[in-house]
Amino acid sequence: MEISSLTKKRIEELLKEGKRLDRRKPLEFRDITIEQNVSNKAEGSARVKIGDTEVIAGVKLSVMEPFPDTPDAGALMVGAELSPLASDKFELGPPGIRAIELARIIDRGIRESEFIDLKKLCIKKNELVWAVFIDIYPINYDGNLIDASALAAIAALHNAVFPKIKNDKVQFGELTNKSLPLKDTPITITFYKINNTFILDPVMEEEEAAQGRVSMALTFKKEEFLHAIQKAGDEALDEKEVLEVIELASKEGKKLYNKIKTHLKIK
Amino acid sequence: MAFKRPDGRSFDQTRKIEAKVGIIKKADGSALFSFGDSKAIAAVYGPRQLYPQHLQNPEKCLLRCHYDLASFSVTERKRPGPTRRSSEISYVMTKALEPVLHLQNFPNSVVDVYIIITQADASTRCAAINAASMALANAGLLMKELVSSVSIGKVADAIVVDLTKEEEDYTITKEGKEEKATTDIPLAFLSRSEKLSLLQLDGKIKLQELKQAIAAGKKACVKITEIQKQTLKKIKEK
Repeated sequence: MEISSLTKKRIEELLKEGKRLDRRKPLEFRDITIEQNVSNKAEGSARVKIGDTEVIAGVKLSVMEPFPDTPDAGALMVGAELSPLASDKFELGPPGIRAIELARIIDRGIRESEFIDLKKLCIKKNELVWAVFIDIYPINYDGNLIDASALAAIAALHNAVFPKIKNDKVQFGELTNKSLPLKDTPITITFYKINNTFILDPVMEEEEAAQGRVSMALTFKKEEFLHAIQKAGDEALDEKEVLEVIELASKEGKKLYNKIKTHLKIK
Repeated sequence: MAFKRPDGRSFDQTRKIEAKVGIIKKADGSALFSFGDSKAIAAVYGPRQLYPQHLQNPEKCLLRCHYDLASFSVTERKRPGPTRRSSEISYVMTKALEPVLHLQNFPNSVVDVYIIITQADASTRCAAINAASMALANAGLLMKELVSSVSIGKVADAIVVDLTKEEEDYTITKEGKEEKATTDIPLAFLSRSEKLSLLQLDGKIKLQELKQAIAAGKKACVKITEIQKQTLKKIKEK
């Protein structure tokens, strides 16, 4: 809402020639850096920077009674705290729809791809399972919060280890060197539509100029699968555009996956 | 073994659809829409003055959807009140309906759409969107087109229309392990421009299968639009 119509026009005109404010190509990401183990009390943590956008994610583990519908599986909970520290767009108070949607998109990418093997988090059927809490804190918000947060969550999970457990109680602060049971790493990639062009990794101004948004979570290990889609934004998309964006996700998601793979030392 | 639908429907068949409008006298517009055992009722209030004032937009009217599952609508009682799930559904519903309204006609005001799921058997957000779309028309709001929604599922290897809870929870046994076998894809089409205003997906699906699913959804939505239209026409004739 706060972007000036002049900036919006500039963004749109540049895009017509395939250009962007910071001279990137429409589907080009800013530089990505991933740093793991950024908070030593967490069982796993990571800081991800995409350009000026910065997010930290932390993983905490505890034990709990399993949910009645999944007596032999661990639990996964994802939260997002949009602190006003990161942007003048965020306000204090209980989680609004932005935080809820963000957390749910990240949650579904991880849950539906079965990245964490929840069955292996069962300690005693019907009695005790591990609960994995992932909390996401944006530190600096300059667009593309979804992809940055998803990446931070994935990196923190790769970094996480189990704490010690004694008489069914977690010995907090005493970590083992056993990693979480992880399977194929999912990649969440979000496309923004400005007029008739899809772009990736928008800066704040571009994000505000966009009329459409589609997030997708994919895995690429042996075969390629789509695990989650969330279409949002003000505009409806025609069928052709939907098919286009799915194809793009497959192509660009794979590139992102290969980039992340080396960062996270995924085999 | 090929997948057979537990209720004997063919893959492209929705459950029995019930549609009614004008079911809540006090509301400016209202409707009921059900897919089999999934029932949604919707009421529209507005355009009306928007409070608190700081939410007012001098350029257009705000559309607010409020999706709610009744506490008794599911097997295990759901604690009344909003959840993260319901907030997200309310949000995507709003986005699914917004494109068909002329919101710039009513500055500083709000159109509230309240939805209650009185009975749930999967595809509730789709039933909710269909009910809301009819309720908006019933409220006499100028609309560019209708919104029709359906869930498409990939169950085992079949692409099916309008998932039930039983199909949503379908599992197959692979190498001695029970495995989730359903992908749920709720979508909504605009009736005239044939654009998609809702597209979500949960599960595991190949690109090619997703394309099939979207095509199946489009076909099913054409039929749903027709039912919505006929229902709305009936009240006009009364």
